[in-house]
Amino acid sequence: MKTSEFIAALAADPVPEPVRLGRRVAAAIALGLVVSLTIFALLTEPRPDIAEAARTPRFLLKFVDAFAFALPSLLLTLRLARPDARADAIALWLIAPFVLLGAGVIVELTVVPQDEWLIRLIGDNSMHCMGMIPTLAAPILAGLIIALRPGAPLHPALTGAMAGAASAGIAALIYAPSCADDSPLFVATWYPLATLICIGVGALAGRRFLSW
Amino acid sequence: MKAQSAEGPPDDPWSRMMRASIGGDEGAYRRLLEDIGRSVRAMARNAFARARGGDADIEDAVQETLLAIHLKRHTWDSGQPLAPWVYAVARHKIIDALRRRGRRRAEPIEDFEAFLAAPEAEDPHALSDARKLLMTLNPRQRDIVTSISLDGQSIAATAKRLEMSEVAVRVALHRALKALGAAWRRSVT
Repeated sequence: MKTSEFIAALAADPVPEPVRLGRRVAAAIALGLVVSLTIFALLTEPRPDIAEAARTPRFLLKFVDAFAFALPSLLLTLRLARPDARADAIALWLIAPFVLLGAGVIVELTVVPQDEWLIRLIGDNSMHCMGMIPTLAAPILAGLIIALRPGAPLHPALTGAMAGAASAGIAALIYAPSCADDSPLFVATWYPLATLICIGVGALAGRRFLSW
Repeated sequence: MKAQSAEGPPDDPWSRMMRASIGGDEGAYRRLLEDIGRSVRAMARNAFARARGGDADIEDAVQETLLAIHLKRHTWDSGQPLAPWVYAVARHKIIDALRRRGRRRAEPIEDFEAFLAAPEAEDPHALSDARKLLMTLNPRQRDIVTSISLDGQSIAATAKRLEMSEVAVRVALHRALKALGAAWRRSVT
């Protein structure tokens, strides 16, 4: 078939409605949040000492860090979904949550006696954390993948992985109020492990559903 | 990148033509695709020359790229210039095409004598990917795509011949092109 003949078929095809990926992603997150918050309300409850905890720097660090991870991950996901967009500065912002958490760990190691390090790291809720974060992330990740389907990512698996990271960051924000382990040693161990699960699932979903 | 959207929509010819196309100007869209096709052909020719490819493969890569651009055009951000978007899609698809060609070449030619003796096909485009992939469509879809591309029929004439409404022909054409894109992708992975 000649290319000019092929073009005739393309030109006869009706014009589709423009798609705004940003809006689709915003809608996906809103819907995903509703589902995740419902799951959260059914399966867990906020810790009883939340009013006191909310004033401690360790507790606050969990939220700030989750937010600092979720936001650049999400923006990066949107960028990756477009073939002509560059990741540039946003990718650098992803360093921030790791620096922040690293600083938290160093402070914790200085103020807490050495024989308590391992106790704090293991905590009481590690398995709960590992189960809950991927569970709460799943509806958000599913929403993101559906929202990004019309996109044209040059690296579908990477785009899916970033969506997985973003969903884990948002899930951590939801989960943190119920988790009684506030030590940065705990957070720096288990939250990234839970996030890695979401990234892996996201990468597989991206390769399967975002290729074009 | 942000500065562009602050100054209003991009004013280069391709971006303007694409905006007109999205506004329903079929002629502008056809000219834009012809124009993009020429650029993509040059890109593909360079890439294939480095990899020592054949001419038919180049045209397949051009058509696959045009189809990808066509199927994704509604996600182009009209606040950004079109050219970088087109080139990114083209690079992506040309790499796919080169990969596929590499695999084809690796297939052993068992009956070499017969292969050499085979007469050259009359239509050099008869064995194009697009032609082969048409066979994966259902008969009605294939009929519509063939009618509009190879036979150069209008939507109206095709609709009349098949006793369908024009809307139904367009819907079927759209489904067919999407199916063609999916079949092309499957032939890579």
